[in-house]
Amino acid sequence: MMSAPSEAGLRIISAGPGTTLQDAGRHFYLRFGITAAGPMDPLAHATANLAVGNAPGATALEVTLGGIEVTAEGRPLTVAVAGGDFAVSLDGRPLPSANVLLTLEPDAVLKIRAGRSGAWCYLAIAGRLDVAEVLGSHATHTRTGFGGIEGRAIGADDRLRVEPSGAAAVPLGLIAAPWLDRPPGIIRVVLGPQDDYFAEDQIAAFRDGPWRVSTKADRMAFFIDGPTLTHARGYNIVSDGIAMGAIQVPGNGRPIVLMADRQSTGGYPKIATVIGPDLGRLAQTRAGTEFRFEIVSVEQAVAARRAEATALASGVAVEPLVRTDFTSEFLLGLNLIDGVVAAGPLR
Amino acid sequence: MMLQSGAALAARPAYPRFLDAGETALVVEFGDVVDPAINAQVLALDAALRADPPKGAREFVPTYRSLMIHYEPLEIERAELIRIARQAMAATTVSATEGATWILPCCYEPPFAEDLDEAARLLKLGRDELVALHAAATLRVYMYGFTPGQLYLGGLPRELAISRRPEPRPPHPAGAVLIAGGLCVVAPFVMPTGWYVLGSTPERLYAPERQNPFFIQPGDNLRFEPVDAATFRGLEERTARGEIVARKSAA
Repeated sequence: MMSAPSEAGLRIISAGPGTTLQDAGRHFYLRFGITAAGPMDPLAHATANLAVGNAPGATALEVTLGGIEVTAEGRPLTVAVAGGDFAVSLDGRPLPSANVLLTLEPDAVLKIRAGRSGAWCYLAIAGRLDVAEVLGSHATHTRTGFGGIEGRAIGADDRLRVEPSGAAAVPLGLIAAPWLDRPPGIIRVVLGPQDDYFAEDQIAAFRDGPWRVSTKADRMAFFIDGPTLTHARGYNIVSDGIAMGAIQVPGNGRPIVLMADRQSTGGYPKIATVIGPDLGRLAQTRAGTEFRFEIVSVEQAVAARRAEATALASGVAVEPLVRTDFTSEFLLGLNLIDGVVAAGPLR
Repeated sequence: MMLQSGAALAARPAYPRFLDAGETALVVEFGDVVDPAINAQVLALDAALRADPPKGAREFVPTYRSLMIHYEPLEIERAELIRIARQAMAATTVSATEGATWILPCCYEPPFAEDLDEAARLLKLGRDELVALHAAATLRVYMYGFTPGQLYLGGLPRELAISRRPEPRPPHPAGAVLIAGGLCVVAPFVMPTGWYVLGSTPERLYAPERQNPFFIQPGDNLRFEPVDAATFRGLEERTARGEIVARKSAA
């Protein structure tokens, strides 16, 4: 036990640009022009939270390809990392998976760097982050300065006060979340709401691509490279609402997928909308990676959503790397890589 | 000509239309133009559904000509949501009663009137003439959109119909009052824009610390009241303290 820690907290040693705090989003204010924000990969965000025993929509750090380095202050913190295939290390020792649950001791350094694939991962902390709510949410929307820490991205020397959950310290474990294994390649969409602004051959061109995520891809929008689409009857529409995943086609015929930080309304025809279960898959697709769209019905999209919800409801299993309850300091003295091989195959 | 108009007639969709924005949002579309009667239908459905929200419906977003309903499809099926929306429309008479009319102070003087001269030149109007026309108009609040608290207003006189800029201009200040495309916008957040900045309001259409962060409703009317720069500064101090300086017109 630590001696009389005053406050538990997470200190950011360094963080890549665009690192933000996200909960499930600032909902119910779209009618006033307020974007929900929330995680780019809602499924990974929920997984990290569930792994530490939080509610699936609790506030967690969204880590970008720029990576992050953090340490605990005051008390050990139970944390989970889940998302893209990032490289995670603890006190300089590489951990065998990107999806891990561990106890972060004060002054121990957890480092997350871009790995083989994926563009976002989530760092969840058991308990509650002490940050001010804006309209009932912690979700950060940097363009309007809403949420998170003063509405901005997280950076070096930021400190997040944590009210830790009462849960006991956990041994280092691998998060078994097969639903996070989503190879890029096919992104499912439902046509509309303005697919009638495109002739059939253009819908086919849209479907077949092939598309690549361009280098212009952030929390607001993913510009995608592929065939240039033509509109059947103009490209100016009277503005209407924009859902996350809406694929708008502006006058230049080059589609833009609108993501978590999108504007609430817009005036370009939206040919299709990425289905909820594939939002994370698209978000995790890195620039240059090729993919195609698959057109599905609302019923098929709902079936995929149900399957995802059922998987999550079954709980997030954590497989301890070493089946003892040693402190992580002691554990790190062991040969972790051998421990992994003994514990089972890697994904 | 006959053929063309025949084809156009055939292509004209029957409203309302139910369009999908993915599996979690349904768009109920009443038309494809900016029109007070269409907007009134949108707002009537919005009000009816909000008064008795269907289980599984999460959020309603009214715009000029459609209502976007965000829903959880694992709690309510699309067909059931459409049935409820149809029922609500059948049971609701689209009210002709006007919303509140707001008087919003606006300073059309430097340094706020950044594009006033440019707009006046393009519209072939005198500067004072443009201001007089803008301030005399009773505008309809169609919707919020784009950024928090940004109001979209229609009903500008034809003389103020100006096209959007071919290229966006540098960011306007918070509170800018802009026109383009026959519409007017009040923009609480600094943003680059393709519109023309006529002036600025000291009012805060969105104030998170205020008991009612948003006080103007779609369906309300709005008029601008010209104020000089000194008055603007005084009003700005009051709004900074959380006061609302817009007034409800008795008319």
